[in-house]
Amino acid sequence: MRIIHRIDPNGVPSQRSHGDIDRAHGNGLVAAGLRHAYQRLTVLDLDAFTVAPGDRHAVIGPNGAGKSTLLNLLAGTTRTQAGRITYNGQIITRRSAAWRARAGIGRTFQHPTVYPDLTCLDCVRMGGWHHRHHPEYTPKQVLDLVGLADHADRPAASLSHGHRRMLDLAVALAGQPRILLLDEPAAGLTETETDRLLDVLTGLSSWIALVLVEHDMSVVAALANWITVLHHGHRYADGPANQVRADPAVAALYLGTTGGDDAERQ
Amino acid sequence: MSTAPTSRSHRTMLSRGRQWVPPAVTVAALIVVVASPDAYLQASISRMAPFTVLAVSVAVVTGHAGLPTLGQVAPYAVGAYTTARLALAGITAAPVHLAAGALAGAVVAGVLGAALVRYRGTVFLMLSLAVAELSATSAAGWQAVTGGTDGLAGIPAPSLAPVTPALVDDRAVLLYAATVTTATTVAAILLLHGPRRLLLLGARGNEDRARASGHPVNRYLWLVHTGAGAVAGIGGALLIHTHRWITPADVGFTTAAIVLLAVVIGGATSLPGAVAGAVAVLTVRDVVALSAPGHAPLLLGVLFVAAVYVLPGGLAALPARIRHLPRPRWLTRAPDGSSVAEPVARSMS
Repeated sequence: MRIIHRIDPNGVPSQRSHGDIDRAHGNGLVAAGLRHAYQRLTVLDLDAFTVAPGDRHAVIGPNGAGKSTLLNLLAGTTRTQAGRITYNGQIITRRSAAWRARAGIGRTFQHPTVYPDLTCLDCVRMGGWHHRHHPEYTPKQVLDLVGLADHADRPAASLSHGHRRMLDLAVALAGQPRILLLDEPAAGLTETETDRLLDVLTGLSSWIALVLVEHDMSVVAALANWITVLHHGHRYADGPANQVRADPAVAALYLGTTGGDDAERQ
Repeated sequence: MSTAPTSRSHRTMLSRGRQWVPPAVTVAALIVVVASPDAYLQASISRMAPFTVLAVSVAVVTGHAGLPTLGQVAPYAVGAYTTARLALAGITAAPVHLAAGALAGAVVAGVLGAALVRYRGTVFLMLSLAVAELSATSAAGWQAVTGGTDGLAGIPAPSLAPVTPALVDDRAVLLYAATVTTATTVAAILLLHGPRRLLLLGARGNEDRARASGHPVNRYLWLVHTGAGAVAGIGGALLIHTHRWITPADVGFTTAAIVLLAVVIGGATSLPGAVAGAVAVLTVRDVVALSAPGHAPLLLGVLFVAAVYVLPGGLAALPARIRHLPRPRWLTRAPDGSSVAEPVARSMS
């Protein structure tokens, strides 16, 4: 089933190729006509957002652009107000976050969330609960992957911020996601921890799609092959990573000189 | 060097041995009461059993699901009235009563839970308060089934099987009530052990993370709430077996409040703690308060304040607190097994 996209009058059209969109409709994630408002303030108004298998798709933009709202809507953490989301060709708009996670849409959180009463190993067990009979990796192997093997028996609540972030990622990876939504995974990490994070994410299977919300452009540069820029909830720019990063209008948006941005883009 | 492993295994054995102390003391106390010629004491203890089972049910919902509840009196009431009606209809087999009470309690808790488990914290507590009030009001108003405010009296004694004599002797009733209470508590402990405990601890600790890992948190909580309803239903059946009469006051707000108090005093996350808390509260209210007539609520209030300030983890945390008390210096041993007091004594001589 093909969704006809509404064209957002306030944003640029999506630049995704027909091939990518077809792959997203087949085995990926497609959100169409997503609109979300908190009372009267519209924080997201996006005609289309597609994630094809194997995508490394970064969503960037200034604070308040609607990036986390988009991720929460895709993950099911926030209930959809308007629009339609399909996954593997199936409409999942009304499906719960838990259903989506079991179906293969994993996520990490902007503020790393762990189970405070559990050990790190048990946290990962919780993450991989639905694959416990046929795990791709054992919980210990997942902890080893993110560099927390030595902390397996420590309470998650006692971890430092950086370790919590890596544990959050380990819990998400234990769920064997096909699409992994990462909400500012490098925020608050030291350089060494960021390198470790990049090692883990670049080492993931090529068929896993990553949707990355991130402010750190070096992380975006290292991971993303496609970038969507959001501004005031609209698509401001969209395209292959190197083109978007070289766009002076995007650079100006990040430097806070957005007046006359349409003129700059032209 | 060779003493270290021996000493470690000795300590492990000691700590394993210590965990059997509370059950052993309970069993010993029960044996003393059963062997005692005092029928009043036996009846008093057996009448604590239904409240104790209700406390276990509340501890399951409050401690394990993280939902502070006053509403478990609803399945308790339904279990009790179902049992009373069955007995008055001539069905006196206790196993049938227990099964019917558990089933009726689970159905009521399941229906209520479908609406309640979406809420958390104070909202859940207030909604459960409404349930407690409604259960007492319904019990008082549904004259044809519950006997209204007069309640139901003259309920025949149960029998363990059709061929066995009715349980009327105080000693037999005590043994029966203690067996049902222990079996229900142990079953609840076993059901909440291992992987299920992990799921509940995780879901209670961080719902968003649990949902993002595919865990249907509300479904887990509903299952726990429904299972706890079955436990409360068994408590209701036991109420009829030990008291043989029931009024709406037995299943109203006062019971709900006192049982929640007992669970807090016992330690909400521990089911044996809930049993100990229930016994402590009933002892204060029904035994200690005899020497200060009319002051039972005051004594309960003092007990509650003392428990919250002196024992933050409840009675269940008492053994651990005693273990972690600073040891007297003369008891402390150096790694080589000698007392650290010895060199001091030598230097003194």
